[in-house]
Amino acid sequence: MLNPLHTGNEHLPDDRGHFGPYGGIFASETLMAPLTALRQAYEKYREDSTFIAEMDDDLHHYVGRPSPLYYAQRWTKRLGGARIYLKREDLNHTGAHKVNNTIGQALLAKRMGKTRIIAETGAGQHGVATATVAARLGLECVVYMGTEDIKRQSLNVYRMRLLGAEVRGVSSGTKTLKDALNEAMRDWVTNVDDTFYIIGTVAGPHPYPMMVRDFQTVIGREAKQQLHAQTGKLPDALVACVGGGSNAIGLFHPFLEDKSVAFYGVEAAGDGLETGRHAAPLCAGRPGVLHGNRTYLMEDNDGQIIGTHSISAGLDYPGVGPEHAWLKDSGRANYVAIDDKEALDAFHELTRLEGILPALESSHALAYCKKLAPTMEPDKIIIVNLSGRGDKDIHTVAALEGIEV
Amino acid sequence: MSRIQSRFAQLKNNQKTALIPFVTAGDPNPGITVELMHNLVKAGANLLELGVPFSDPMADGPVIQLASERALENGVSLSDVLNMVTEFRQNDPDTPVILMGYLNPVEVMGYDNFAKRAAQAGVDGVLTVDLPPEESDDLIKALHPQHIDPIFLLAPTSDIRRIERISSHASGFVYYVSVKGVTGSKAVDVDAVANKLAEIREHIQLPLGVGFGIRDPETAAQVASVADAVIVGSALVQKIETLSPEAVLVELPALVGKMRAAMDAV
Repeated sequence: MLNPLHTGNEHLPDDRGHFGPYGGIFASETLMAPLTALRQAYEKYREDSTFIAEMDDDLHHYVGRPSPLYYAQRWTKRLGGARIYLKREDLNHTGAHKVNNTIGQALLAKRMGKTRIIAETGAGQHGVATATVAARLGLECVVYMGTEDIKRQSLNVYRMRLLGAEVRGVSSGTKTLKDALNEAMRDWVTNVDDTFYIIGTVAGPHPYPMMVRDFQTVIGREAKQQLHAQTGKLPDALVACVGGGSNAIGLFHPFLEDKSVAFYGVEAAGDGLETGRHAAPLCAGRPGVLHGNRTYLMEDNDGQIIGTHSISAGLDYPGVGPEHAWLKDSGRANYVAIDDKEALDAFHELTRLEGILPALESSHALAYCKKLAPTMEPDKIIIVNLSGRGDKDIHTVAALEGIEV
Repeated sequence: MSRIQSRFAQLKNNQKTALIPFVTAGDPNPGITVELMHNLVKAGANLLELGVPFSDPMADGPVIQLASERALENGVSLSDVLNMVTEFRQNDPDTPVILMGYLNPVEVMGYDNFAKRAAQAGVDGVLTVDLPPEESDDLIKALHPQHIDPIFLLAPTSDIRRIERISSHASGFVYYVSVKGVTGSKAVDVDAVANKLAEIREHIQLPLGVGFGIRDPETAAQVASVADAVIVGSALVQKIETLSPEAVLVELPALVGKMRAAMDAV
């Protein structure tokens, strides 16, 4: 059996977590020992057939994998170009791709003898996915969330509380995802002995970007097999939204060596890149060091991290996973940006044409697909990662239309 | 001999432990920082740690976080901090100054540029909290020709291999983080610190400073009996939250004076 935690494309990171000049371990001394312990545990269990079998079993019976690869026929016809397939991560248990990673990390936490789980969350999807696996394994769970995000994602806050997690509001800094991550790091440094920190994206210090990527590559592996089964072909383009970038890396990575497949990572342009009110470090930022790794950041001329803006809380992050920084510089992936309005238009279009309510995060990928598909011939194929469902965003969308739900 | 080395040598001759107060540059306002530094020295500080404000101080508790936010609201940049050190040096050529902060502002300024400007300003040591020795080669290469010491942290979780690694990278002194946690989080366990310092001393000849969780003169005196330097941050900075700038210039040195007296009485 193929080991699902190896795509065969893991030339990077190197053994110190570097993707070219990016990644690495930029953490305070207290965390160096637990990061080493985590790396050693992960390297051991990723080769452990019992661990792999348990993870696969959970992904199948609990998460509901494989998620469908759906040919969006009406939308394809409307756009009049390449054929569009949607990888339906929205149909996973808890409603997004985030659970692929939390299942893996929670099993690791259990094997490492940790009794307490912490996590950061932006839109709340990772928080829900973490609270879910913690409930199932009977582990104490604390989720850090910016107080701004708590306001705009109240549904997910309540879901986490129902699942038994304690949601701690973070009111420092910009009161969003980056500050929640800071606070989770502070918790971890204080409680290193019994606590496992489940980071939700391909950022943070090594081994997180590698480990989270490996847990998410199930998306791309399935998509590759499914498309082959349905069409006998490889896709011509992959499109996924990028906040921290975990759903995108999960889709892209198994296709890294398939050079005919173009990658498009879609960042949040917020009010527009020209306004400065956006969350697009790859398109409009520059390299720096934050949250344990070197990567592209939104920062001012003094190296202070600046506030981001996006209609979608899950993309509202000033950094991005270091492997994306590397894929950008190496030219393997293209990074583009979609503004709030374009994402909303795509949200409505997919809902009406295909009967699928996408998350606002995923709507950024859909909006780029709207631009890309008409430029390609009808025999070409695009896979869009529909990374999450939009139920959590209904209040946001309704409010924009002046409707009280 | 660097200013840090000679200061520790001089203290050792006098059988004294160094007292190192920490304040964030530009907190509560940039106008009083240099005067505050001078007042802290007069009150008995032997070295000074000057915090460089950063938007995302991951290793700091709420007290230093708020200090950083206040300084940033005042628009204080790394350049401004270096200017403050320049001004301080005009009247104090002897007291070592260590910059403590996070890597990103240094990255943006550029390692070589930063090292040159810091040396010109009269900075003696640089502690970047989120830069472990594994990633520090390039910065050390920039600091060494400028005779600036890279200061590294050790923690209760540091094993012998890490202690040895830090021994091979550090100069000036080594900063032992006395508790698992962020700055100002919990009280220090002096016995545990003494044991760990003994372990560290088998591998590191540099002076050992102890910080995090030292809140009052009694604890400062206890730690002084086992360490080469006592570092006090949150206990001082917390006072800034409620005091007028004029009172800050008096009250913070007053606490440092009490700590100095308690340490000297041991």
